Amino acid sequence: MCGIFGVMDKRRQMMDGSGIREALSMMNERGSGEGAGYVAYGIYPDYRDCYALHVFFDNACENKAIVDATLEQWGSIECDEAIPTCDQLNLKVNCTPWRYFFKPDASLAPGSASPEKDVVTNLVMQINACANGAEIVSSGKNVGLFKASGWPEDVADYYRIQDYEGYIWLAHNRYATSNPELWERPDPFNLHDWSVVENGKTTTYGANRRYVESFGYNCSTGTDSEVIAYLIDLLTRKHGLDINLAIRALAPPYWDEIDRMPEAEQNLNRALRFAYGSATMNGPFTVVAANPDMMVGFTDRGKLRPMVVGECGDRLYIASEETAIRAMEPKVESITRPAAGEPVIGRVAP
Amino acid sequence: MNSNFGSMPLRYRISIDREQCMECGRCVENCPYGVFRWDGERILINSRNCTACHRCLTYCPRDAIMLQEHPCDYRSHPVWTRGVRESIYNQARTGKIILAGMGSVANLPIIFDHLMLDACQVTTPPTDPLREPVELRTYLGKKPSKLEFTQKPNGDVELSTELTPNLMLETPIMLGHMSYGALSLNAHVAMARAAKETGTFMGTGEGGLHPGLYPYQDRMIVQIASGRFGVNVDYLERGAAIELKLGQGAKPGIGGHLPGEKVSADVSKTRMIPQGSDAISPAPHHDIYGIEDLPQLVNSVKEATERKKPIFAKIAAVNNNAENVAAVARSGVDAIAIDGFRGGTGAAPRVFRDHVGIPIEVAIATADRELRNQGLRNEVSLIACGSIRESADVIKAIALGADAVYIGTAALVAMGCRVCGNCYQGLCSWGIATQRPDLVARLDPDVASNQVANLIRAWTLEITELMGAAGINSIESLRGNRDRLRGYMLDEGLLEILDVKSVGA
Repeated sequence: MCGIFGVMDKRRQMMDGSGIREALSMMNERGSGEGAGYVAYGIYPDYRDCYALHVFFDNACENKAIVDATLEQWGSIECDEAIPTCDQLNLKVNCTPWRYFFKPDASLAPGSASPEKDVVTNLVMQINACANGAEIVSSGKNVGLFKASGWPEDVADYYRIQDYEGYIWLAHNRYATSNPELWERPDPFNLHDWSVVENGKTTTYGANRRYVESFGYNCSTGTDSEVIAYLIDLLTRKHGLDINLAIRALAPPYWDEIDRMPEAEQNLNRALRFAYGSATMNGPFTVVAANPDMMVGFTDRGKLRPMVVGECGDRLYIASEETAIRAMEPKVESITRPAAGEPVIGRVAP
Repeated sequence: MNSNFGSMPLRYRISIDREQCMECGRCVENCPYGVFRWDGERILINSRNCTACHRCLTYCPRDAIMLQEHPCDYRSHPVWTRGVRESIYNQARTGKIILAGMGSVANLPIIFDHLMLDACQVTTPPTDPLREPVELRTYLGKKPSKLEFTQKPNGDVELSTELTPNLMLETPIMLGHMSYGALSLNAHVAMARAAKETGTFMGTGEGGLHPGLYPYQDRMIVQIASGRFGVNVDYLERGAAIELKLGQGAKPGIGGHLPGEKVSADVSKTRMIPQGSDAISPAPHHDIYGIEDLPQLVNSVKEATERKKPIFAKIAAVNNNAENVAAVARSGVDAIAIDGFRGGTGAAPRVFRDHVGIPIEVAIATADRELRNQGLRNEVSLIACGSIRESADVIKAIALGADAVYIGTAALVAMGCRVCGNCYQGLCSWGIATQRPDLVARLDPDVASNQVANLIRAWTLEITELMGAAGINSIESLRGNRDRLRGYMLDEGLLEILDVKSVGA
């Protein structure tokens, strides 16, 4: 179930959202028309130093005051406005998407190596944990997330994503299994730098959630991608793992494979499984994740879900289906299907 | 002792079908309790001595022997049960504490039986263990919470975190601590061989290590209990790990008692106590009067063994279990075994066995939660013990938060034990809980070790299948994964404590 798509331009050349809309809708048979979403990096150059908070209000009149007040406590709002939308016949609107450009007060997280991100993390956890009619769906610098219950085309047209230009895009076509009416439920999920789309359903949600919540994260939606976004943030930002090792911790090799490695590598891999046993994801999944500097794709170690990688010039594509890549890049130069446990990591040129 | 009670109604009645019986006398030879005796050509029966050990039934070639429990009961009464009345008669006559063998007989609900396991259907596929790997390999010991790396000049990163020693188990099932003395040498040898064959470990209990077990010492966890029986540096060095026994689920808060009848010459040598003397271990360790004394003991044991071996601690599950576990986790130990109130024993006061402590399911769940809340979960592994009866109990204990389990009674049953509960008499007809040479000789270690190994293999296969069905291919993904459990007919308070949802949720 679900179709996922990611594209990154290594030289930060911008792509508008129309091609991504085409690509995602090529995978409509993987979805159920009850959820689609897009996230793009580089879309807010005028506010590049602010954290862009995309928020869903059940009711802008009642719920906005609470968020305004909370944000003023944690920092300052540079600008806020309704996200421009255009009603679609097939889309039942049940919330109001809003965006804030926000500067966190770094002095509220003294002693932290990344105080602004700590403030934003706390803020997101605080607002999303409460039943206050507001849900922050993305919170990164120069990043924005657009999602709703509907087919990919309708969601794209509702948010007019062709009007946004980004150098990394992730997109998700949802086959709903629960709460089809909730707009915050479909992928992608985002926490400041990191955004995640997943095709699959892990069998370790409970174990992973218990682990990540013991570090102060709060999983409010019950979906895999939310936990995965928090796990990646924890492992890379708080535990200082490089992305290669973080992916290895989340989807480690089998013990039999580790036993056959040279000694130093064996020690490293054993240590990762020792330390991060509770973070290990099990069950079928393909995850594509991005931050401002990279896009990565990885699967469960049995590769029970598809992952196709395409390359063309400066562009790297990762998708559930080749056809989605070809829809956006008919002249794609190479198509590969990485083996189970073989992550794909693409970095933006510095 | 005088009393006006006369004799109690029979607990068991043994009868012989005289038409079937061929007077071969196997029952007379096999019963160590003196139920059968020759009277000329005829076999006479004294049912009063029967323990329901089934040895006679098993060895009667004609199936001529029949056993009936409670052939004549008291007037039935829901409050003044047979057990209650007989305890009173017994204590009115003797003025003593009543001893009992094996685990609790209190008729309380078993939480394990009210926990249902999950399986995959369409949103995720089950894993087929015949075709794909499902990893049961378990490491017990301290794990780092975070890793440190150093950058080499060529840009490679190198792990600088040093891993502390862990025990590697091929399956999360270990054989729990039952001492040589309580059990026979043949029983110990059988279990030790089974542990070696199945890639797991066995506890020595507090009775020292008999030289007959030296060939299996790399599979033995040597125990230090409050009596310090059999403990010297040679003993510590032989073990693969060392366990400090701080408590026992069958009798929390009190020490141990091995009756002098079981202290044979060999047991006396292994325990380092005089032959025929009762071995009584004190209630506390007399060098641990406060929690701050425990790290000192842990450290001295670690120093004595050059920090090469994991150190375990075993505690009984009581009301403030979470607090006890968190305290022990800070003492430097590498694993904590928690023994639930249904845990077995060779001998314990009945009132303790049936009334003190809390269930292992609750103890593991609260321990795991408390350790996670305090950021200590990677400091120690958790071992669940006390009435693990089948593979489903193992998988449920792990889903509640355990790393592995100890089994005790189940291993004895695999060797032939019928759970008659008379271990303290020292007359075990199966050669398991006795030191009488002719009885010990009845247990062939080759045969018994194969049976114990088979049990571990069978459970391991069942766990593999259950994990595969749940789409989980490594044991650490099962640990603490309470989302994969549902409570059936458990009350709301208990569900909250267990952090398990109700069926249907």
